Amino acid sequence: MKTHRLTFAFQLFVTLLAAAFLMVPAGASILAGFTANYFRGVSSGLTLDWVKQVLALYSDTIWLSIGIALGTLAATLVLAVPAAWALVRRPSRLARIVEEVVTLPVAVPGLALALALILAYGAIREFRMSPAFILTGHVLYTLPFMLRAVMAVLAAVDIRSLEEGAASLGASPLQRFFHVVLPNAKGGILAGALMVVTLSIGEFNLTWMLHTPLTKTLPVGLADSYASMRLEIASAYTLVFFVMIVPLLLALQLFGRTTGSAR
Amino acid sequence: MTAPTGAAISIAGCGKTYPDGTRALSPVDLEVKAGETLVLLGPSGCGKTTLLRLIAGLETPDAGGRIAFDGADVTALPIEKRNVGMVFQSYALFPNMSVIDNVAYGLRVRGVATAARRAQAASVLTMMRIEALAERRIDQLSGGQRQRVALARALAVRPRVLLLDEPLTALDAALREHLRSEIDALLRRLAITAVYVTHDQAEALALGDRIVVMKNGAIAQVGTPREVYFRPADDYVAGFVGITNRLEGIVRNGRFETAAGILPVAAPDRAKAHLLFRPEAVRLVSPAEATLVFQVAQVEFQGPRQRVTLNAGDGARIIAEAPADLDLAAGAAIGLALDANRYTLA
Repeated sequence: MKTHRLTFAFQLFVTLLAAAFLMVPAGASILAGFTANYFRGVSSGLTLDWVKQVLALYSDTIWLSIGIALGTLAATLVLAVPAAWALVRRPSRLARIVEEVVTLPVAVPGLALALALILAYGAIREFRMSPAFILTGHVLYTLPFMLRAVMAVLAAVDIRSLEEGAASLGASPLQRFFHVVLPNAKGGILAGALMVVTLSIGEFNLTWMLHTPLTKTLPVGLADSYASMRLEIASAYTLVFFVMIVPLLLALQLFGRTTGSAR
Repeated sequence: MTAPTGAAISIAGCGKTYPDGTRALSPVDLEVKAGETLVLLGPSGCGKTTLLRLIAGLETPDAGGRIAFDGADVTALPIEKRNVGMVFQSYALFPNMSVIDNVAYGLRVRGVATAARRAQAASVLTMMRIEALAERRIDQLSGGQRQRVALARALAVRPRVLLLDEPLTALDAALREHLRSEIDALLRRLAITAVYVTHDQAEALALGDRIVVMKNGAIAQVGTPREVYFRPADDYVAGFVGITNRLEGIVRNGRFETAAGILPVAAPDRAKAHLLFRPEAVRLVSPAEATLVFQVAQVEFQGPRQRVTLNAGDGARIIAEAPADLDLAAGAAIGLALDANRYTLA
């Protein structure tokens, strides 16, 4: 019992230490975003001016990131959910090859993927200049995460049997998809959505190569501010990023948990 | 709920070869009469499930195969257009729907209004005596309850044909026996055409109006449970359906001659033949009254009966069941009588 308590205390200590190691810089950064003058420290006073400046300077990057994340989510849903269904119901050699090819962007560095996109489509000026160019990169990069998550859940519920059951009762392929496949894939779709939105909002590698001065996303804007702005502005910008992504993550986590227990 | 009228099923030249070249089923011909319960019996990999899936429309037969329901060709129709009911080994109940929504699903896709289909589904649940489970989720049901819900769901659409793929295999032995008799009563009451796949000979004998014994993708024998049990077509069928005795010999002048004696048979002469029969198909009589005489090797008293091991002269051993009051001693000679409809000569 006593050793157990000691072990627990030790584990708690290590955990707190690790957490502090990660949290202290984040905390310092958040504080810097509120500090009137970081070099003089908190004694210089707290202010919201930096945050206001960030919103004035960079709000377009915030909206673009949200737009691209939602667009990426929509595209991956439309592409990956039916694809996962098709791959799970007919497991063939071709299906395996398709799965591997779709998964490839995870292994290829983002920069290489971006370069390939630029080489292939960079000449199409309208496309190159529009946010859709970044969206395309994000979809390529996040698609395997959605695909895998949905495929895993469909295989786990034995969707082929469920579909055969629905078909035996007279359901057409479309009815089967909407009545049986989609509701039973919900857990995987939510898990995939969590991954896709998070990855898209935070994506830097690819986006840095694909962006134009008029199509900057939040992480690209962040890099920009780190390089050319006062530290307080960069910190306030980071703060805005946290405020955006943390509630989103919590909401998706919570949503995922309630549906997970309902199944 | 009125009794659904079953369709007669006609299967002609239906084989199944998978794209990778494996032949799951050689072309078979089979007639299922309207209202009959036909059992497909065999070990795993014998093609029984493939045949069921062909009837269901979950697989299409190789070129040349034809399946008809009441004379109408359904070969090209997918399962959703065949109006069949199917019970799967895994039950395939929808986890995203309650019990009653599962049962009402077939009516939902047929466009029946919510209130009407719930009422109809409720009446099927009542028939299956599971009305109390209506609002439960699938993961709150036991195996036996799931099996009943799956059956209710398949029956709710009043199918022309009910197809059951090893519906009891996932259950424990006691429950299996209980549900077996329940299903038997139900199929008889509804007079629905049913095709039932199993690897369990007890299930097949109890449920089937006729049994199709399958082996390596082909039909080994079709017959009533009694025919298949007492007069198996060959060693394989005999071995699959319970304990069988086997005596080697020849057929000459209308007599089967073996080491233990002779038996008059209606068969042409044959240099090599064997006689197959069940332990309970024989009567033990005094040696003077019999043409087949054995030596008692062992007697095992079992209460209601005794199980007797008998030696034939050539070293073959057979097992016979005898009434409990018959006086038998090891070493004694005993005669064996066998009625003509209780053995197979192969």
